[in-house]
Amino acid sequence: MAVKISMQVNGKAVAAEVEDRTLLVTFIREHLRLTGTHVGCDTAQCGACTVDMDGRAVKACALLAMQAEGASITTIEGVAKPDGTLHPMQAAFKENHGLQCGFCTPGMVMNAIDFARSHPNPSEQEIREALEGNLCRCTGYHNIVKSIAAGAKAMAAGK
Amino acid sequence: MNAPLIGARIERKEDYRFLTGAGQYTDDVTLANQSYAAFVRSPHAHAKIKSVRPDRAKKAPGVLAIYTGQDLSKLGGLPCGWLITDLNGQPMKEPPHPSLAQGKVRYVGDQVAIVIAETEAQARDAAELVEVDYEVLPAVVDGAKARAKGAPQLHDIAPDNTCYVWALGDKAACGAAFAKAAHVTKLEFINNRLIPNAMEPRVANGSYSRADDAYTLYVANQNPHVERLLMTAFVMGLPEHKVRVVAGDVGGGFGSKIYLYAEDVAVTWASRQLGRPVKWTSDRSEAFLSDAHGRDHHTVAELALDKDGKFLGMRVKTTANVGAYLSTFASCVPTILYATLLAGQYKTPVIHCEVTAVFTNTVPVDAYRGAGRPEATYVVERLVETAAREMKLDPAEIRRRNFITEFPYQTPVALQYDTGNYSATLEAARKLADVAGFAARRKASEAKGRLRGLGYAAYIEACGIAPSAVAGSLGARAGLFEAGEVRVHPTGSVTVFTGSHSHGQGHETTFAQVVADRLGMPIENVDIVHGDTSKILFGMGTYGSRSIAVGGTAIVKALDKIVAKGKKIAAHLMEAAEADIEFDRGVYRVKGTDKKKLFGEVAFAAYVPHNYPHDKLEPGLNENAFYDPSNFTFPAGTYVCEVEVDPETGKVAIDKFTAVDDFGKIINPMIVEGQVHGGLTQGIGQALTEGARYSDEGQLMTGSFMDYCLPRADDVPSYQVDTRETPCTHNPLGVKGCGEAGAIGAPAALINAITDALGVKDIPMPATPQVVWNALRKN
Repeated sequence: MAVKISMQVNGKAVAAEVEDRTLLVTFIREHLRLTGTHVGCDTAQCGACTVDMDGRAVKACALLAMQAEGASITTIEGVAKPDGTLHPMQAAFKENHGLQCGFCTPGMVMNAIDFARSHPNPSEQEIREALEGNLCRCTGYHNIVKSIAAGAKAMAAGK
Repeated sequence: MNAPLIGARIERKEDYRFLTGAGQYTDDVTLANQSYAAFVRSPHAHAKIKSVRPDRAKKAPGVLAIYTGQDLSKLGGLPCGWLITDLNGQPMKEPPHPSLAQGKVRYVGDQVAIVIAETEAQARDAAELVEVDYEVLPAVVDGAKARAKGAPQLHDIAPDNTCYVWALGDKAACGAAFAKAAHVTKLEFINNRLIPNAMEPRVANGSYSRADDAYTLYVANQNPHVERLLMTAFVMGLPEHKVRVVAGDVGGGFGSKIYLYAEDVAVTWASRQLGRPVKWTSDRSEAFLSDAHGRDHHTVAELALDKDGKFLGMRVKTTANVGAYLSTFASCVPTILYATLLAGQYKTPVIHCEVTAVFTNTVPVDAYRGAGRPEATYVVERLVETAAREMKLDPAEIRRRNFITEFPYQTPVALQYDTGNYSATLEAARKLADVAGFAARRKASEAKGRLRGLGYAAYIEACGIAPSAVAGSLGARAGLFEAGEVRVHPTGSVTVFTGSHSHGQGHETTFAQVVADRLGMPIENVDIVHGDTSKILFGMGTYGSRSIAVGGTAIVKALDKIVAKGKKIAAHLMEAAEADIEFDRGVYRVKGTDKKKLFGEVAFAAYVPHNYPHDKLEPGLNENAFYDPSNFTFPAGTYVCEVEVDPETGKVAIDKFTAVDDFGKIINPMIVEGQVHGGLTQGIGQALTEGARYSDEGQLMTGSFMDYCLPRADDVPSYQVDTRETPCTHNPLGVKGCGEAGAIGAPAALINAITDALGVKDIPMPATPQVVWNALRKN
């Protein structure tokens, strides 16, 4: 069954008619062609599809598009400033080599930004626990942990 | 401007696009008139296909076509790239490996049919409606059981499910060494089957242009030229110039994306039948069932020692489970990349290794990060540590007594190490790991009721595969050089085309550092292009930690030609003899004068040749080079792992993990450290959390991230890493490669630490809390 949905994505109003079973991540990737949000599993384990929905990091593979009706969504494409300047968390990942193949990275960054809002000066253990829902196969997490610690500090300092 | 770039921690050029969602992975490419494919896969490990009835599925909404094995029966099978000759001089058994099953399926996940529809959801829905009648046959999943009498037989041409029995080394001399031994250490273990799980699942999008009579395949792959060569020459019978293979941004490989897979062939072939591009995107469940797995050895290993702990000989017998079919490089992994590494860092005078490769009703097994070398290191380093404990020797001391100290060194298992300094990495690792303070830390743990252990692994690996002539004599069916092209633009900026492929390694930065350093320009002026057969002249791709040592050297060779041609142009411009021109980081000078021309000026003269030696030189500044290495490179190092075990729960916590590696010269230390961190984590995964399990009926029991435990952030520690440097002697950069080291050395270090903590001789991998808890109860 087709359903009509509308929401804000990266500050823009979008509306579409989609099959009712369409996942939010499918809507973002296939309908809006915002391909920075990735799909790395089919069991809601890997977190590559993480986006921000109304101020919370959510896994876009675990929501139907219609569950986001009326919501405000930010994807990785909407994180940097319009002039291209990286968000402090993105910059921290770059400075600390917190990414290799880049596939898990958008989800990592979206989750990290949400986490850092409530943890301005997190401990290593807090960061590692906060990454429970995000898998990375390249970095061994070492530099992701460093990136998030640095990014959280930079966000708190209002950089 | 001319500060050295080699050795500098430069932030990666590729990161901006990955951090902003602008990467272009294969699934991000959607072509005009795109159609979508889903595969019907066997739910049985072993069965005859009595019939495939697609009629209902064909009527489902959006379905465009359904093809079965019968439709693809005229295509060649998927080839194996390495011929192993068995003990009797006979070629290995190479059963047909069809892209869609021909009458029989041999593992759960084997492809039976391809369903193509307007949308991915429609293709998947319709795949469910394809009716397949199977006659289920008994299955065998265990390598040792596959050779037993009465075991189910997979392939008519491979009696006893045996692909080959192969051996390396002097068996008689080995027997004599064991006869005079004062002590023999023996271990029997399984090197557990792993599932690579790059975060980006495989994707293939085939497209055919009738106007050009040409195909393009977009594919998540580590070596697009090899993919093209295998697919055109062996499977589809097409000329290579009519097939373009593009592997853009690839989300990790670890070996699993080296191979030519059935799905790649099926979508490419179908795109012509249908006249539309056909895209298949694997989901994670399919990845578990169809990406080549790794490891899966059953091994009995013995080390003979004299009374002082000097190694006299090593004897190894391994059964390697290669799965249901031979994947692209499956045959060389448990042989050429395994037995040749059994000397490790030691002067073991005689070694004999026998390997039996067997077919089973499981996913094909091939190279996974380290590929043979982690298995060899596990054999050597578990034996050495166990021998030290049995002989009451310090495990560091037994290593010192046996280290190779003079180079070049010819091992008894075919390799010749060019250089190394094994005591340097051992002592540095001991210091960094504070081994001296271990006894006090162990006491403190005991006071809390915890068990603390320390383990070493001193690994070696052979990288930079390989001298083509050597590889050829060992059965390789391809050359193993690399190609590079340096294109200098008229105003002096540079585009480099490399046959190496980056899928996380950061070549766009590392290679640019090499080029910018040599040509004396800012790194921003150099771009690296990889992953497209239409742009790059040729390439053997990225695996075996070969990119900087072989691909990087090809670029250096091309740079040499650029610099040499530039010298001729500069000599003309400055009216000097060519012999008097020197070049250093971007500046051509006339020796002993203040005359100079910048590299950019020379490039400009090459493209705007108003004042140019036309009688001697062609205009333009573009050079390519092929580089075939003269030897392997031999990265080596020592890892020290310290664990604390909770005897109440069996949970192992890694307290410290220290890695000191010798990768030769390092171009970008930040990137190298990242490679080590990632490798260590995959090695820790093997030892602690990961293991593929099949039921006796051949069902994969670990088919999702809920059942197969990839290490998470709170399973691993922060690492202490450092390097020592003995430059490789036979390539101009002095580099050795760093991609696999962590995965090679970590499992043995970790299991050595756990067995030390528990006071047991051995423990199986993965040492999950249940395994550890049971071992403690048994003890």
